[in-house]
Amino acid sequence: MAHDTEVLVLGGGSTGCGIARDLAMRGLEVTLVERGNLTDGTTGRMHGLLHSGGRYAVSDQASAVECIEENEILREIAGHCVELTGGLFVQRPEDPDDYFREKLEGCRDCDIPARVLSGREAREVEPYLAKDVKRAIQVPDGAVDPFRLCVANAIDAENYGARIETHAEVIDLLRDGDDIYGVTVRHDSGPGKHTHKTPGTTEDITAEYVVNATGAWAGQIGAMADLDVEVRPSKGVMTIMNVRQVDTVINRCRPKGDADIIVPHETTAILGTTDEEVSDPDDYPEEKWEVDMMIDTLSELVPILEEARTIRSFWGVRPLYEPPGRGTKDPTDITRDFFLLDHAERDGVSGMSSIVGGKFTTYRAMAEEISNHVCDQLGVRASCATAKEALPGSENLAVLEEGMDDFGLRSPIARRSKQRLGSRSQEVLETDDPNPVVCQCEGVTRAEVQDAIEQSGSDLNAVRIRTRASMGNCQGGFCCANMANELHPEYDEETTREALDELFQERWKGERHALWGEQLSQAMLNYALHATTMNRDNDPASRTEGVDYGVFDSGAQTASPARSDGGKRTDGGDRADGSRSSSDLRSDGGER
Amino acid sequence: MAITDDVLVIGGGIAGATAALAAAGEGADVRLVTHKQSTLRNASGLIDVLGYTHEGEGPIVDPLERLEELPKGHPYERVGAEAVRDALSFFDAVAGDAYAGSHTDSNALVPTHGGTVKPTARYPVSTAAGLASDPKDTLLVGFETLTDFDAPLAASHLEAAGAPFSARGVTLQFPGIVRDDAKLTRYAHLLDHEESVSTGSGDRSAREALASIVKPHLEGESRVGFPALLGDEHAAEVRADLAESLGADVFEVPMGPPSLPGMRLEDLLYDALEDAGVRVTSGVPVVGYEIDEAGAIDHVLVDRHGQEIPHEASQYVLATGGLVGKGVRSERDRVFEPIFDCYVPHADDRYDWFVNDVFGEQPYARFGLVPDRELRPLGADEEPEFANLRAAGAVLGGYDYAAEKSGAGVSLATGYVAGGRAGAEASE
Repeated sequence: MAHDTEVLVLGGGSTGCGIARDLAMRGLEVTLVERGNLTDGTTGRMHGLLHSGGRYAVSDQASAVECIEENEILREIAGHCVELTGGLFVQRPEDPDDYFREKLEGCRDCDIPARVLSGREAREVEPYLAKDVKRAIQVPDGAVDPFRLCVANAIDAENYGARIETHAEVIDLLRDGDDIYGVTVRHDSGPGKHTHKTPGTTEDITAEYVVNATGAWAGQIGAMADLDVEVRPSKGVMTIMNVRQVDTVINRCRPKGDADIIVPHETTAILGTTDEEVSDPDDYPEEKWEVDMMIDTLSELVPILEEARTIRSFWGVRPLYEPPGRGTKDPTDITRDFFLLDHAERDGVSGMSSIVGGKFTTYRAMAEEISNHVCDQLGVRASCATAKEALPGSENLAVLEEGMDDFGLRSPIARRSKQRLGSRSQEVLETDDPNPVVCQCEGVTRAEVQDAIEQSGSDLNAVRIRTRASMGNCQGGFCCANMANELHPEYDEETTREALDELFQERWKGERHALWGEQLSQAMLNYALHATTMNRDNDPASRTEGVDYGVFDSGAQTASPARSDGGKRTDGGDRADGSRSSSDLRSDGGER
Repeated sequence: MAITDDVLVIGGGIAGATAALAAAGEGADVRLVTHKQSTLRNASGLIDVLGYTHEGEGPIVDPLERLEELPKGHPYERVGAEAVRDALSFFDAVAGDAYAGSHTDSNALVPTHGGTVKPTARYPVSTAAGLASDPKDTLLVGFETLTDFDAPLAASHLEAAGAPFSARGVTLQFPGIVRDDAKLTRYAHLLDHEESVSTGSGDRSAREALASIVKPHLEGESRVGFPALLGDEHAAEVRADLAESLGADVFEVPMGPPSLPGMRLEDLLYDALEDAGVRVTSGVPVVGYEIDEAGAIDHVLVDRHGQEIPHEASQYVLATGGLVGKGVRSERDRVFEPIFDCYVPHADDRYDWFVNDVFGEQPYARFGLVPDRELRPLGADEEPEFANLRAAGAVLGGYDYAAEKSGAGVSLATGYVAGGRAGAEASE
């Protein structure tokens, strides 16, 4: 039987996109389907830490070794998504000495470069550390932009011929007896790029082999074919600060605990996190105590956080898994390792494997292992090349940086744009047309926004994750509408309006959790700008009942030769006090 | 000896300026102190009175007629409909030729940069020719380098909003603008000062050059709308020249920040303050106060270059703005008024300060002081916090100016009443 594709990957997070790239590079025909945007699941909701492995150096040394290996690979193949911030494991006076020693030994056992700094030396690196910190271990942690890294994998998969379908939700697995041979998806707006307001269709996509890489949602997919995949989704909060209080990843050096990491990320710093098992990865409480804990507990390490401005909080759901029978109570104790569940071996149902567990830093290694498994199933003998070949945007970075001009942009903007685009800068930024800044907070220009629209269609949240537009201090208050303007005329007015409303609501979702101090003032300003001047809350275009324009003030009109259509006036009778009004018009030259 | 006046107004937005003018009108010696740059540069320059009821019904045709329906505690309910009408007349007299709309009680529908229309009671004269409630075919002109106004999109949006005329939009390159990130004031300056710009056909004045690139796009429309950048000091001349060259009326579409019409309104108010003899000190925060034996405010302390200078008055008006202007502030567990610590009602749990729909009924949008009918802020015990303190504008709570489109109107009405009463009492 002829199939639509050789391998069908479910899920557009880092794992799914990594697998799609890997298999496409090995010459397989790949289709990837994702329910929302790329990174919409867990990938887009992580703290952005590129692990050195230090965090696992005591509890899980196998993971630690894998982390440092992948850390080094990502610096090579994804330089434009990674920032080499370095990291510190900071010990406070009340934190155990034994653990500090174990951490240091663990790092050395795992070949993680580690150096002990005194409290004073640590504060020289990070001046805002608390005055009483005891000492620290310096490790090569980094920051990574999960959005751009994931999108770069997807772009490269497409370059190798893969089909990437976003906004395509799997609504059924196609199963024939004990064989799974594809899925039914519901396209939000039809195949291809997303367009708001376009009616959806459904499509059956058949494949030689299906890879379920939906992470925390893997159980829901499994259930469609009566397979039990026991993921234990666990939520965690991330709180974003308006500036980088620290330029180094700051970890608390104690056995385990919530609120123990600060990751500098682009213009912000991200505080994390909590670890609470939830029953539904799409519906769980986002709670005030979690946000408060980030600020209160991490202020012990960096006291200025207490008074600093928080711009939003978001939650992610870890796709934790443990093999049946272990029964770990506390999700913090569940392994971060990943598991490949071959449903043929496990359940006697062929044609599909599920991937659960794992972590972002090692997505590539996971993808490699899973791709090896898929190749075995399909009898393909091709080896993995993803560790060697740079991702789009990271080719020849060093050479390019020397040769790149500023594309007519002011230097701070050009620098930011080039950091985001890497080696794609030339291709994206070189234009003969005016290239004004669309998002002031993040310095995102029209050319970048247009490049993102080109990739993803009318979904402004997809534009946001590709460019960082609307992700700065004002949280889109000043630029959401400007971003929407960029959709026109390629997309019509109604589509543009729908996309704007969706983006503005999405920004509010995270801002709600930062509503005090400066950010509450910002929220009021954003609300006022959109509701007051733009009337976004009562736009007659979005309401069913029409407006009778004829009953409103149509101006203080007097007979005027320039107004050839004065006769159309519907309200002339009301205009009794012409004297002052006509003098108004004269004085401003309006009456000719 | 302390600096002494009859009335001290704290805050320099619409409410503070109106209060100072009204107090001066009562014959009082008035001083106005402001700390931060006023939020008028964020404002469209439109004078909204009431566009929608507190229940979201609208657009309202006659705002004054609908004031009766507002709930108890709303600032308009506090001052009464008659005072709102008087305050508008007061503004009309102050604004003179610069504003239009006083010929009728009806709201106008004004197209703004987002493309749709909004109801407003008074509008800058630069906007007068562009009313959406005036059925004339319209050409909108946008510029490549201004990302917050897309004229073709705004034109289709107006049609989608049911505007009773045909609208078209065109996007052009502004002559003489060489940097893609030129500030809005640069565009206005070029037109204001008739700078010479180079065009394909040699050097021309900026107004001529602009008109000449727009003219070929006119297809019989009787009016042409531009984003609000048509000059600053010489705005009327700029519009007149463009209109003459184009043979059509010319108007400005109100924009987001930085808003020239908002800044022009600020200039207008400050000119009026000067004419009225109000002493204005800018850039100075009020950092403390002392009370007299009777519990009234004796004097406030104003921080002038690090020195705390006492300012004494018999009456005080607090017009420091709401959350945006920082007249109302918040921390994780409280909302407060920072100068006099006047009572600001709010839920204890900050997760009750908002609702999940961004445009839902937002409790935070209603944060502010609770006044009596004299506009004296009340404490939790419902007694005036101080016998000689009144409050005006967005520092007051109990209304959502963004949803109602009532911001400028409330500031005018409460500023007028608070300032008038303070002035009258002080001059007694």
